[in-house]
Amino acid sequence: MGLDIYKINPEFKDIMPQEIIDLEENATWAQNQTKPRGIKELPETKELLEEHSLCAGCPEAAALRYVLSALPKPEDTVIVNSTGCTSLMFPHIALHTVHSLFGNQNAVASGIKRVLNWRFPDIEKDVVVLAGDGATVDIGLDYTLQSFFRQENITTICFDNEVYANTGGQESGMTPKGQVFKMAPTGKKFEKVKMWELAKTSGCHYSINMTASAPKAVAKAVREAILIAREIGPTYLNIYTPCILEIGLSANEGLGEMKDQDKDRFASYKYVSPEAEEFLKKCKAEGRL
Amino acid sequence: MANQGPTYYSPYPTAVYEGVITPPEGKALLLTDVVDEEIAMREIAKVMLTSENATIFPGPQVLYGYNEEAKKKAKLIKEMAEVLNSKMIPMYDYRPKYPKIDAEVEINPNHPNLTIWHNNIKAAIFIGVHCHYANVALKIVRAETDCYTVAICGLSGHEDAMATLRDQHSSELEKFIKIAKEVKAELGK
Repeated sequence: MGLDIYKINPEFKDIMPQEIIDLEENATWAQNQTKPRGIKELPETKELLEEHSLCAGCPEAAALRYVLSALPKPEDTVIVNSTGCTSLMFPHIALHTVHSLFGNQNAVASGIKRVLNWRFPDIEKDVVVLAGDGATVDIGLDYTLQSFFRQENITTICFDNEVYANTGGQESGMTPKGQVFKMAPTGKKFEKVKMWELAKTSGCHYSINMTASAPKAVAKAVREAILIAREIGPTYLNIYTPCILEIGLSANEGLGEMKDQDKDRFASYKYVSPEAEEFLKKCKAEGRL
Repeated sequence: MANQGPTYYSPYPTAVYEGVITPPEGKALLLTDVVDEEIAMREIAKVMLTSENATIFPGPQVLYGYNEEAKKKAKLIKEMAEVLNSKMIPMYDYRPKYPKIDAEVEINPNHPNLTIWHNNIKAAIFIGVHCHYANVALKIVRAETDCYTVAICGLSGHEDAMATLRDQHSSELEKFIKIAKEVKAELGK
């Protein structure tokens, strides 16, 4: 059913919009099962519609493509998302997605993963949470951390744009100290939450802080995180995808901003637990990475 | 205001507030009347064949071939569209689409009136739409347009449609197509 649910009945092909047919025909389901998928397939495949609803030049759209390209088994993956800019993209992708209430995403994902394990004991099903910093670290911090404490087999990806962007620019826990936004005119009074460190101390077996400036690095991290979550326990990726509108940049300046932050607030941080490290070595030997 | 029940919170004049409810098993709903299924099928066929820009809106339960029943229904709906001389516009996804839908070629349950206004549709059949989204779409269409809506439902029907057929599966669709062919011949369409 994972794949069939997107197969259009031939009687209706002539009335379906071409972009939806393209999503069925050019997505990478069930391809390259024997070798890792990756960003090299992006130019020829289609998992996200061109006319998505994010702002022109938004780094989130690029980061989402990298994430989608790196999913080990897209047809057996469920993405749980939450309210925010990311939720605007999910109507435009050819994957199973569940929109949860704001902040509930890790609790919802935990339930889905447990049911999938029970319902399909012989099939590897991946559950990936993809939400913004407001949902992951502010409103949903409790649910995020509790899922780590419980050692749920899910991957949590936070698209950290350091602001509540689509509600007009309010500061979030991930906003750096001193940052001024339209709805935070006096500047933030305390430091940015180091969620990647919280994830480590809360039981994640793989925790990364990075920007989306290097597609290959993002794809590699996503793949490793999902494989570890499948076999060992929770994993966390914190990926900087700046809101170019809220920080006053043009559509072509997102990549430059991410590159700048590679050396600053998002200087590479990577934690891999000893058992995850062992597992990654095994995956590499088997050609799964 | 103190005596108002939950339906008063609805911004739309919902059918249930007007005392219209879904038909009992074996029956169908025509506007406010509970009638035999065959009578309703005949009336639906007549309305579809005589209304301007009659359209069928197939939903995800029939658009995607996820089981044999869905594949069989798809063939029957295609035949139904040919018999009723109607267009088909798919409701392939329920999720709101921003910044806007292309009302020429698609319908979305969160603003179905846009497609009906744009294409000047005067009669429409909703089929294969999950009940909770059919309820949303039909309420909006009922309130915002003059379109005669028909719900062909696999469960208990929808009171917000002008006509409702309940418990409809492939065998019932075959029966409806047979009746529609008779009505078409009678009307000389």
